[in-house]
Amino acid sequence: MADAKRAAPIERPLSPHLQIYRWQVPMLTSILTRITGHALVAGVVLAVWWLLAAATSDAYFATANAVATSWFGDLVFTGSLWAVWYHYLAGLRHLYYDAGRGLDIPTAEKLGWACIIGSVVLTVITILLVQ
Amino acid sequence: MRYITPRKRAEGRGAAHSGTEHHWSMTVSAVGLAFLVPVWLYILGSTLGQPREVVLETFARPFPAILTALVLVVGMRHFAMGATGMIEDYARGTSRKMLIIFAISLSWVVAATGLFALARIAL
Repeated sequence: MADAKRAAPIERPLSPHLQIYRWQVPMLTSILTRITGHALVAGVVLAVWWLLAAATSDAYFATANAVATSWFGDLVFTGSLWAVWYHYLAGLRHLYYDAGRGLDIPTAEKLGWACIIGSVVLTVITILLVQ
Repeated sequence: MRYITPRKRAEGRGAAHSGTEHHWSMTVSAVGLAFLVPVWLYILGSTLGQPREVVLETFARPFPAILTALVLVVGMRHFAMGATGMIEDYARGTSRKMLIIFAISLSWVVAATGLFALARIAL
């Protein structure tokens, strides 16, 4: 662009503009996908450490297992379980969106609620199944 | 009136030229994980809290071992690419590069550690 002034770079906000928009279901469920996806690394690290300890020795396993089954371990694994189910449903929704479907506002809002409610339901079912 | 196409204006202005590949890669790993993760959650959830002998016996069996290996490799690649996408959205310059390198390295360290533990248990 010939007329663009290049002297002072324009300070544009980086996407997405979380601080600007009013919160809505599709927006909340979109950013939650990203948050849950990244937070999941905590649960994976704890699980891998626990598995490494199991592979190593009785003493090491005793330590890792104590952490993994403590209130802290319960908190991380229960949180990760919800996060993985949420990310799972939101990922399926993403594939559905990618196919060009469900993009009208009423459907998108319903899909958002499906992710929120569905993730809680699946978390409870999983906890009951593995008890 | 500007006699230039939008494509011509956009060309050479900093696109990474890998967006389609990134998106497709995330789609493939997402579909893979959609099949792997529910079964893996059940196996891991049932094994957590069990004595060491039960844990070793479980992950020495082919199905849980191969499944865990797949979840680790595919999952941590999926994580690394997702984290790269997030960092590209929120960070710039050197901090962007450092964070991306850290995210990719962390993913490989976690995957390699898990695979080592699995190999030690299974073999």
